[in-house]
Amino acid sequence: MNYIPNILFAVALALGIGYFVKNVKKLVRNIKLGQDVDVSDHKDQRWQNMIRIALGQGKMVRRPVAGILHIIVYVGFIIINIEVLEIILDGLTGKHRLFSFMGGFYGFLIGSFEILAFLVFVSVVIFWIRRNIMKLQRFWKPEMTSWPKNDANFILYFEMVLMTLFLVMNATDIHFQEMHSGNVISQFIAPLFSGASEGTLHVIERSAWWLHILGILVFLNYLYFSKHLHILLAFPNTYFGKVKPKGAFNNVEAVTAEVKMMMDPDADPYAMPEEGADEEVPAKFGASDVQDLSWVQLLNAYTCTECGRCTSECPANLTGKKLSPRKIMMDTRDRLEEVGKNIDANNGEFKDDGKQLLGDYISHEEIWACTTCNACVEACPVSIDPLSIILEMRRYLVMEQSAAPMELNNMMSNIENNGAPWPYNQMDRLNWVDEN
Amino acid sequence: MEQLIVKTMADYMAEGKEPEILFWVGSAGSYDDRAKKITRAFVKLLNKAQVEFAVLGTEESCTGDVAKRAGNEFLFQMQAMMNIELLNGYEVKRIVTACPHSYNTLKNEYPALGGQYQVQHHTEFIEELMHNGRLKIESSSTLNGKRITFHDPCYLGRANEVYEAPRNLLTALGVDLVEMKRHKQTALCCGAGGAQMFKEPEKGDKDINVLRTEDALETQPSIIATGCPYCNTMMTDGVKAKEKEDSIQVLDVAELIANAENL
Repeated sequence: MNYIPNILFAVALALGIGYFVKNVKKLVRNIKLGQDVDVSDHKDQRWQNMIRIALGQGKMVRRPVAGILHIIVYVGFIIINIEVLEIILDGLTGKHRLFSFMGGFYGFLIGSFEILAFLVFVSVVIFWIRRNIMKLQRFWKPEMTSWPKNDANFILYFEMVLMTLFLVMNATDIHFQEMHSGNVISQFIAPLFSGASEGTLHVIERSAWWLHILGILVFLNYLYFSKHLHILLAFPNTYFGKVKPKGAFNNVEAVTAEVKMMMDPDADPYAMPEEGADEEVPAKFGASDVQDLSWVQLLNAYTCTECGRCTSECPANLTGKKLSPRKIMMDTRDRLEEVGKNIDANNGEFKDDGKQLLGDYISHEEIWACTTCNACVEACPVSIDPLSIILEMRRYLVMEQSAAPMELNNMMSNIENNGAPWPYNQMDRLNWVDEN
Repeated sequence: MEQLIVKTMADYMAEGKEPEILFWVGSAGSYDDRAKKITRAFVKLLNKAQVEFAVLGTEESCTGDVAKRAGNEFLFQMQAMMNIELLNGYEVKRIVTACPHSYNTLKNEYPALGGQYQVQHHTEFIEELMHNGRLKIESSSTLNGKRITFHDPCYLGRANEVYEAPRNLLTALGVDLVEMKRHKQTALCCGAGGAQMFKEPEKGDKDINVLRTEDALETQPSIIATGCPYCNTMMTDGVKAKEKEDSIQVLDVAELIANAENL
């Protein structure tokens, strides 16, 4: 017996999975650079959200065309993976179609995979057309050039090639074709190879088999570098997503402590801080860089698949302002990757590189254009909250830098002085009763 | 001019009585000339339904919504704690407000600072009065069959998922309710939220309120109904920018009901 293919296969599998695991560890390390946040509440609601939004694709179908095509690709991806299990076992044991002992049921399974593979191929072609021929507006925003644009197309090419290889592999498998069970689609591809000798067919079949499984391993490792990471992270992201009403913005506990002290008439301003109290005071209010954000917000950034549904519903973006919620997420991920690489290059310690998320990636102009309307949060099919990042940056600008636009400073002094955002006397608050 | 019956919490306290609800007027409802009309319209309805309500009057202060959204958490929490101290001092349990921003802040952001209240938007409360038979809202001769579109305020709709109460009231008035292309979950913001009301917009190719007004104009309405004083201002300005102020009115749901009742 010749064990070389088995050994080669095992090595390829180990390398493929090994490198992926290495990158997953890096991913987790980077996400943990974020601030801790308590997400232990509303467990039932969180599971429901994950099942409905991620597993059930509940928000995808709000845009029916993209939604249904996406469900086909999603279902195809999950179901066809059962076939990958057989391929892996075949590869390791040197057997051919290990599961074929199931007879008719095997034919049914492979038949379903073939139909799905065909549907996935068609859907992916339509996706490609929407992106490149029809040029849907949300795929052609300023942030969608260079890598993001190529990344999106690479994923589509990958899927087209993988589905083709799977079908060609079946079409050139003489024994499988002779079974006349399960070759629902591949029987129509087989005639293309009718002139080839048995030997040539075997070579084509083996090549397709190898390229298919190696392609899957390469694609698995492509994930970490791509927006395609959403296929894994959509699940934790919908679980950890916001469970409160969208209008509820988080309370800054550190501020509460200080405000309570300011308002307490018995507080001693000269009192020594209690032991260990310093640790509770945050380094800064709000966020200027990725480490100031919560780890859920960083998970959000890695989960974003750049579909642009957020940006296409953002009132600021629709009226030509620079703000694009998708860009907020993409910038956060890019900066986080940069910080991660910095840490790798400096023996596990972040070395100040003179850059930060706010200013170097996201401009003040973008931050101040937001109306906090929650359209982006509502639109996101995987529970990403770009608004929460915008708010943290406003907090940094206002509370750390006093860098609010002048009109807002006027508004805030009005509130401080007379309890209203306009310069009116608080004693006039009830005048409306006698006016007409 | 008809005299409104308005009592303050302090009045009730002096009488040793408790009101059914506290009407949180809000800064816009207290000072803005357009919004004051909405406040008065809502009070007319409360008076008609003989609701024992109180206002805080000169003791009320900005909820801090706009400060929080501008990033000034200090100022927000100062305002919140002062208001909570006052509200808890009066043992307030139920609050009704005609401002979705106050509504959202009181309902969702005060609890973390010690303020727990049952909070309703005025359209929810009016709907309750209608269901309990305390306020009769019926098809009105002036509004019957009129094309009216409702603009969802972000902080009422998406932020708190209140979509039906204002629509139910409009339907009760017998109007021809026409929806904009973007409505409910996908409604477009009027452009005032997140402190935008108080600053010039960033550079762009259009103002948000104009875009939203165009959404509304597509439905060919004779009235654009809203449920928020900020939305009202933005849509009114949008209608003026489109030079349609002679044919299209922008009115709060409470105003429509009060007008229909000839109040």
